[in-house]
Amino acid sequence: MTDDDDFAAYQYLAEETEDHRWAFGTGFSDPLEGIDTSVPADVDAAALTAYCLALGDDALIYSHRLQQWVTRTPELEEETALANIALDLLGQARMLLSRAGQAEGAGRNEDRLAFFRTEGEFRNVRLVEAADADFAELAGRLLIFSTWRLALFGELTGSADPVLAAIAGKAVKELAYHRDYAAQWVVRLGDGTALSHARMQAGLAAIWPLFDELFRADAVVARLPGVAADPAGLRAEVDGVLDAVFGAATLDRPGGAPLAPVAGQAGREGVHTEALGYVLAELQSVARAYPDATW
Amino acid sequence: MVTRGTGDGLTGGPEMVTRGVGDGVAEGLKAAREAGGLEAAREAGGLEAAREIAAAVPDPELPMVTLADLGILRRVTAEDGRVVVTITPTYSGCPALSEIAHDLRYRLARAGFADVIVRTELAPAWSSDQITPEGRAKLRAAGLAPPNPGRPNPGQRDPGRGPVPLPLTVALPKFVACPRCGSLDTERTAAFGPTACTALFRCGTCREPFEYVKDI
Repeated sequence: MTDDDDFAAYQYLAEETEDHRWAFGTGFSDPLEGIDTSVPADVDAAALTAYCLALGDDALIYSHRLQQWVTRTPELEEETALANIALDLLGQARMLLSRAGQAEGAGRNEDRLAFFRTEGEFRNVRLVEAADADFAELAGRLLIFSTWRLALFGELTGSADPVLAAIAGKAVKELAYHRDYAAQWVVRLGDGTALSHARMQAGLAAIWPLFDELFRADAVVARLPGVAADPAGLRAEVDGVLDAVFGAATLDRPGGAPLAPVAGQAGREGVHTEALGYVLAELQSVARAYPDATW
Repeated sequence: MVTRGTGDGLTGGPEMVTRGVGDGVAEGLKAAREAGGLEAAREAGGLEAAREIAAAVPDPELPMVTLADLGILRRVTAEDGRVVVTITPTYSGCPALSEIAHDLRYRLARAGFADVIVRTELAPAWSSDQITPEGRAKLRAAGLAPPNPGRPNPGQRDPGRGPVPLPLTVALPKFVACPRCGSLDTERTAAFGPTACTALFRCGTCREPFEYVKDI
């Protein structure tokens, strides 16, 4: 080592150590390493597994969709913003999938769960699956997603599962920042030019059929009293925030029929839109092509 | 640009560390000698040395501040003769966390602590309020505006658990002082910056752009 220890994190990437890392930020370890991950005695471990998987999948799939915007926005600042938001959500996904793996107790880690499940095994809401048609749709979807997830995780900060409560305690700070960012763009576009207003309104209309699903009753939640948050209970807060933003943005709250579940099943039951398959094909291709690779 | 945080005697090299000449080490030894035998003294002195090394590890993304300055070093303890360092992430996806863990193990190993466990602690969640006054001064000296302690954190609910308020004005209140000239005539040019913990600002007085460490 030289005297300049301040760049040690980069310097010893090149040294022979047992870490075998190839770049900054690689050499992933369990994001919940060292945390007491025992499941409280009165909590249904199978239901906790399913619940953490669902919340982790929401963040994982949406993070991937946001990452696809990187290199495609006209302004560097927005690209940085979307990459940062995607990174926060990926961090949340890693912790939640790890928690699901531990609660399951079958030896599946975050990578196993992210890269080696099929479409029907994913439990994310359908809102996060489609690629945004334009920046207005992106702003609208991000506003709805972060408003809903902030309300949900605000409830989970009081969860009877201490690990879930701790993950939520970190996530709410990030989600509030994401929501502010999205709300400001929705206001700017909605209350902007005639063209930006029309595209913002059209973007909301495109997303709106997937809105109701966020508040659907969920059989897994019913098995986790005190641990999970009742989706229906989030509606008032989400509606209040969205109406305030739409008001400031001079936008109409969209109407129209919600996209119905198929035979009573939607994202939380593993029934998805076609778009999810394309996300997984890209997300999982490297891990499936090189199943023994480390990173 | 870079200043070192703690333990003048500790930065000289590993030999000095194991001999334990830092102020904290001497204090630890003295306290332990008063409390018990030579073995206890040796252990307490060693732990204090480990604590000083861990506290002085620079953050890989903001190398002008140490883990202690940032408030992400929760504690250094001993367990069955091993050193246990507990850290907390700033943001959920912070890619620096694994680098910090490697750096901690590496520096402690150089000082003779072969068996080190690095643990993550999520609760209570890190807040930018935990950046020390010394850390704030170092950030400012390096051209970054430190966060404002005491500003309401995003995501923070009131005791009645009402919804988090949402500011809808595009122009934000002016509360960030330029780290170069001190002017409050600054504007945010981007809500997100090159790392998870910073946003981009520009000073209206000296016209210089700068990074601001976000309040969370």
